[in-house]
Amino acid sequence: MAALSTQPHSHGAVVPVASRAEHFTSYDVDAFEVPGGREEIWRFTPLKRLAGLHSGAAATGSAAVEVNAPEGVTVETVGRDDDRLGKAGVPGDRVAAQAYSSFSDATIVTLPGDAKSEPATVTVTGPGAGAVAYGHIQVKASQFAEGTVILDFRGSGAYAENVEFLVADGAHLTVIAIHDWADDAVHVSQHHMKLGRDATLRHTVVTLGGDVVRVTPVVQYAGRGGDAELFGLYFADAGQHQEHRPFIDHAQPNCRSNVVYKGALQGDGAHAVWIGDVLIRVAAEGTETFELNRNLILTDGARADSVPNLEIETGEIEGAGHASATGRFDDEQLFYLQARGIPEEQARRLVVRGFFQELIAKIAVPEVRERLEAAIEAELEAVGA
Amino acid sequence: MATLEIKDLHVSVVSEDAPKEILKGVDLTIKAGETHAIMGPNGSGKSTLSYAIAGHPKYTITSGTVTLDGEDVLEMSVDERARAGLFLAMQYPVEVPGVSMSNFLRTAATAVRGEAPNLRHWVKEVKGAMADLDIDPAFAERSVNEGFSGGEKKRHEILQLGLLQPKIAILDETDSGLDVDALRVVSEGVNRYKANGEVGVMLITHYTRILKYIQPDFVHVFAGGRIVESGGRELADVLESEGYVKYTGSKEAATLS
Repeated sequence: MAALSTQPHSHGAVVPVASRAEHFTSYDVDAFEVPGGREEIWRFTPLKRLAGLHSGAAATGSAAVEVNAPEGVTVETVGRDDDRLGKAGVPGDRVAAQAYSSFSDATIVTLPGDAKSEPATVTVTGPGAGAVAYGHIQVKASQFAEGTVILDFRGSGAYAENVEFLVADGAHLTVIAIHDWADDAVHVSQHHMKLGRDATLRHTVVTLGGDVVRVTPVVQYAGRGGDAELFGLYFADAGQHQEHRPFIDHAQPNCRSNVVYKGALQGDGAHAVWIGDVLIRVAAEGTETFELNRNLILTDGARADSVPNLEIETGEIEGAGHASATGRFDDEQLFYLQARGIPEEQARRLVVRGFFQELIAKIAVPEVRERLEAAIEAELEAVGA
Repeated sequence: MATLEIKDLHVSVVSEDAPKEILKGVDLTIKAGETHAIMGPNGSGKSTLSYAIAGHPKYTITSGTVTLDGEDVLEMSVDERARAGLFLAMQYPVEVPGVSMSNFLRTAATAVRGEAPNLRHWVKEVKGAMADLDIDPAFAERSVNEGFSGGEKKRHEILQLGLLQPKIAILDETDSGLDVDALRVVSEGVNRYKANGEVGVMLITHYTRILKYIQPDFVHVFAGGRIVESGGRELADVLESEGYVKYTGSKEAATLS
């Protein structure tokens, strides 16, 4: 899609190569070919910068996982043979399968059923510059559980992982994954989300740091009435590659999904990629879904690719839609604010903050909200916008 | 005593091919205490005049001067012009998603006044100003102009006029699209602003109806990118009965009848 189009994406402009339903998945890394870069799911990713995560790089270090859990929330470190693992989904690309084949131990965080828990924070620190690590995390919200889990990614190195979110019947889980990596970090991650009957998941991805960050959140429903909201907020600076590939697989009736990803880009070589797939299978009658991606390009030299794909196999749905728009800074907004005496720099900040406000307002943890507001301010300071 | 002085102003707009001259030598002086109605047919360049004075980047000044109390306005950035005491109530106010009206108003007032207004006084001031314009207090928490009706946008332009108290206000077709009640409320807002200080008003309009509420001291007919005739209130009455035919050669009414 054009990097600088302010036109809304037109329907039918993008025809998926194959149905998302035929997308290959496997736990076994050897079941996947080493990607060469021309494959549909890899064509936007700079493979040369992946530190071999896609081509069989062995682990040379490990990522430290530290969990700050409130009362009632249990944390376990388990071996790779624990039979609770791998239940939320199957790796959908070679790097996810490599991570699944390579991790040595996994962290399982369980929110107690029928209770409201305080937020838990899982801090993952990369293996260090030049090192490669694989990991696995599972977050489980038991039946009627209610709580928030913050994933905080920091540090250096190359790190691939699978994160599972099992949301049991009637549970309400809020997830905030913050990618605040050091400048050198490479992170390829698949999030597997499985929602039980009447389960609610609000999943927010924040991507700020890192050299290459590629996150693939996949939602599946195990029963009726599931409700998934996927939000994303990213800020790509010069040279950064940030790729988000949400996929909602509607295979159960009467479920709902809403995807909103917004990003700002600035600086030479800043690249954001958003591939939003929604599949409504024959059985998924009564589905209601919407997906939206918006990119705000602040300077020359930045590029955003945005591809929404919506496949509908049944006509018996509540509603389905998608929208994508990538635009430059709106000069009319700037003029209006400046015409009221607000200096240009301050006016730009107001507009960018306003752009993200809708998503930031939805983050219910005040410390995280403040951290993001500060991070956005810092990004804007950096470029002098 | 504020004075806005426009001398031989020529303005072009950059269109797809060549720049197109829209203003062809505008001369106008507005002093504090005066209200000047600028009346003219569509396409005569009235709005261009207002945007050029405010500093919209789309317009290029090719010659002429604009000064406010002797200071060169054209040398100033858009925000400097506003802080110097110019205000443009826009015909099509811009939506700014995610920025609340209250945050916007306070940021603007802080910029124009040079210091943040005392919070308690400010809240009271805004509430009062909103009530005067029949604006629901809930608008304070909505994004700037987002989803506002045409009339709601115009009320908010006048709300800003009242709070920012500029030396010279340019009202660009503030009356367009307003129903009778809204026109009255908005006009009363302009009259309160005039009564509050020694200020000058440039009232740009296509129709005479707003002049029933806001008394002009001078009426100028604008056609073909310049002022072609000036007079007092009586000129508006002539326009009301005869339209702009004398100036344009085509029949275009100055009333809504």
